[in-house]
Formats: sequence, structure tokens, C-alpha cells
Amino acid sequence: MKKIKKIFIPGKIVARAITSAFKKPATIKYPKSKPDIAPGYRGRLIYSPTNCIDCMMCMRDCPTGAITIKNLGTKENKEMHAYLNIGRCIFCCQCVDTCPKKCLSFSQDIMLSKLNRDNLTIEL
Amino acid sequence: MSEGLTIPIGPQHPSLKEPVSFLITLDGEVVKKAVIELGYNHRGLEKACESRTYIQDLYIIERVCGICSHAHSYAYCRCVEELAGLQTPRRAEYIRGIVGELERLHSHLLWLGVAGHEIGFDTLFMYTWRDRERVLDLLAEIGGNRVNYGINTIGGVRRDLDENICQHILDVMDGLEEQIKYYAELANTEATLIARLAGIGILTRDDVIKYGAVGPVARAAGIMDDVRIVEPYGVFTEIKVNGVTDDHADVYGRTVVRIKEMLESIRLIRLMVKEMPDGPISVRAPRRIPTGEIIIRVEAPRGEDVHYLRSNGTDKPDRVRVRAPSEANWHGMKHMLEGFHFADVPIIIAAIDPCYSCTDRAIMLRSDKGDTVTDWESLRRTGIERYKKMGIDPSKIRMRTSGV
Repeated sequence: MKKIKKIFIPGKIVARAITSAFKKPATIKYPKSKPDIAPGYRGRLIYSPTNCIDCMMCMRDCPTGAITIKNLGTKENKEMHAYLNIGRCIFCCQCVDTCPKKCLSFSQDIMLSKLNRDNLTIEL
Repeated sequence: MSEGLTIPIGPQHPSLKEPVSFLITLDGEVVKKAVIELGYNHRGLEKACESRTYIQDLYIIERVCGICSHAHSYAYCRCVEELAGLQTPRRAEYIRGIVGELERLHSHLLWLGVAGHEIGFDTLFMYTWRDRERVLDLLAEIGGNRVNYGINTIGGVRRDLDENICQHILDVMDGLEEQIKYYAELANTEATLIARLAGIGILTRDDVIKYGAVGPVARAAGIMDDVRIVEPYGVFTEIKVNGVTDDHADVYGRTVVRIKEMLESIRLIRLMVKEMPDGPISVRAPRRIPTGEIIIRVEAPRGEDVHYLRSNGTDKPDRVRVRAPSEANWHGMKHMLEGFHFADVPIIIAAIDPCYSCTDRAIMLRSDKGDTVTDWESLRRTGIERYKKMGIDPSKIRMRTSGV
């Protein structure tokens, strides 16, 4: 058993309690005020189809199969669309790292909840 | 003589919020016998890894454990890099080291809070979890997420640290050091804390060797098994770690070891930020990994984390095996519980910092009655037939569907 060197006097806690009383609370009123998101936080993906070459490397590397790239036009006249299932996406942003033409990037948008499961697939 | 009273604890969050079941047989107030039943949280991670590519596996391995996410992905990346013969840049190793030590800080702060909560010292819980938030915010800034930082990739790291983040890290470390010194003083002087933690859950030096315990449990019994010291890797070949051991061999010793390790982590982070070299942060990795097998050890916050990887030359691993530190610490738990009071059971369980989802792996028990080994395909077929008998036809379910 360890010998007790001295009895701890809780003086520090009193000083802390007084200083904390005048501080801003750490919590926020959530739906009304927006949370602080770090600048590099990985949120919803952004897709710019202009440079996309339809290589599908992002689909191949996606760990959960959340992203789908579709060419709705022809081979000559490409009309690229990207769909993301936000129910499956784990926001690892591997697709952003993989894309050879840097068509994908991420935003700090984290407000992605939906009321219906069918609405979880969104077009980027 | 009476048989004693048997009390089931769990599987709904005994002491920590994860499933495991204990059958405790009491003799009065004293635990006479303890039976531990694991296996409520098996997720088939290793099998999932084998059916995905090396890059996809990064994110499964990261989710083996909620706390040691960096340690697991670091061990996995090192396995793949060694097999592929990649030399990671020095700057990448420094960034990995910084994130690893930040992870140790947030894991130990979390544990200290949980331990405080288990012994009814909720003020400590509030204090340490407030401090942990600052570390998590820092990790979110560095990696892009609070828990699954995703900083590691095969061949290096995914993000660089700029000057602003380095300055922010140093600022947070200044604040944290003051707090952790206060907790160290608290652990030395607070009479109730010492009275509650000292002398329970004893696992002596001989028992640690017998049961193969790792991490702070072993170090509290005076055994230095820190992989960063006994087998330096990455940045720790250049920066020496001052190991922390203790001779209490009980829950109090584990608390002291963890608090001192946090101070050591802060020293290491400051040193790594100061000495971080310039240069690239990753090298290009091949998609197909040469044939071979490898075992890599990394020091996770909870102890030694062992990863085994076997490659057959394709872009998918042939076998992935994860031995998380909690798995090693469970073996001594029965010994730690027996002979102590029933009221001490939660804190003794919490003292190894258990992670149940880290622990659960598939185990095959074979009897003498001629059991057969079932392969993956026939196992799947058996499952489909079983559900068909129940009126459900799962054979049309595609195993991995894309998003649309």
C-alpha cells in the first residue's frame, strides 16, 4: 500500500469553479448554432465533371462501394454524373486521393441526415 | 460448505459500454470464481480484409478499434510496406509518430476518466474528458476526423503538417502538461483515490509472464515491454523513449504508469514537432504486393499490437491476422478478479483498458467426434439453405452492391 505523503486540500478546485463560472460554456445550442468544424475536416464530397475521364478508379478504391460514376452521354459527348450513397460513405476520402484528374474534393458539410432511406443517394 | 452465490454481469455493458459476460461466484463479498465469456462482438474483420484490396483494407483495419485506430493502421501499413520493400520518407514517420503519441494521450485521458467514473470520482471523469476533447479537436484538424483520422496510407501519410498546425499542437501541449501534472499530483496525494485503487487486481511479475499480459498491465508489474523501446521502429529509432514502469502491480500501479506515460508522450510530441525534417510525405506504392508473410509489432496505447499479413502476389491479402493488445490482457483477468471484493470488479475490469470489439476473433473448437473444417463457400451455402427453410431467400442478395 502506498504511503500517503500529504492530505490533498481541494483549494485548486474552488479557484477553478470560480473562474469557470465566468467562462463561456463549452456546449452549443446545436440546431440553432452551427458547430465549429476544423478546416480540414472530411465531409460531403464535391465533384467537378469537366476533367473526369471515367476511369472509375474512385469506385474501385472505395472501401464501402458508396460512390458511383456514370456517363449518361456517349463516348464522344460525355455527360458525367457522380452519385454518393451517404448511408454507406465513411468519409475516408480515399476517392479524393485516388482520382488522377483531381475531380473530387471534400467540403466541411456534415449536415447530411435524411428522413427517408431512399433519399440517402445524392447526386454530387 | 455452501456453493456460493453466482451473479451474472453483462453482457450489456459491464463496467464499460461494450458487450461481454462475466459469471462471478461469490463467497460472501469475495469473488471465489470468475468465468469470462467473450464473443458477443465478432464482426468478421479478418475475413472482410481478405476479400478487399490493400487500399480498401486500410479503412477496415482502422476500425478494428475505436481508440487505437492509428496504431492498427500503422501496423498494417508497415506490414505492406515491408513486403513491398518501400522506404517511407522521414517526414512521414515523424507525422505518424506525432499522431501516435496524440492517440496515446487521448486514450489514456479517456481511461483515466473511465477509471474515475468507475470508482465514483466523477469530477476526474469530467476534467479528463474535457482535456481529451482538446486532443480530439487537434486530431480532427490534423487528420480530418476525430477518431478515424485516416492519416496513414501505404507508403507514407496522407496529409502534411503546416506551421499553423505545429504551433497549435505546441499550444495544446502546454495546456495539457499543466493538467496532467495536476492529475499526477492527484494520484500521489488524493487519499480516497489511493485507498480505492491500491492493493486490488494484483497481477505480479510472475503472473504477467505466465498469462502474457502486455502494455500498462505488464509495465505496472515492473516489466518493460514497450515496443518503442525493446524493438524501435519508425521515428523511435531516432528519438529515444524514456520507459515508465512501476512496482505496485495493482490497479493503482496501472494508473500511475498511464499518467506518467502521458507526460512522456507530451515530451515526445514536442521533440518530434521541433525536429521534424522537410521533404516528401509519401512514396508511390504498388497495387500488387509481392508474395511473402510478415509479423509487425507496434506499441498501441493499450500495449503491444501484433499484425500478421500474408500476400500471394495479387492486390488482395491472402491472410490478415490482428492480435490487439486487449486480447493478450484478457487471459490474466480471471486471476486478477479472484480473491477481491465484488465491489472492486468493475474497476479491475476497467484497469486493463479492455476493448471488446478488438478482442473477438473466430475460434474453431474441434472435438474428438470427427468435426470437419468448413470453407467459406460451403459456409455461405449452408447459411442460404438455412434461411430458405425459414421462408427467406437471401441468395439474390448481392454481397457488395454499389451505391446506386
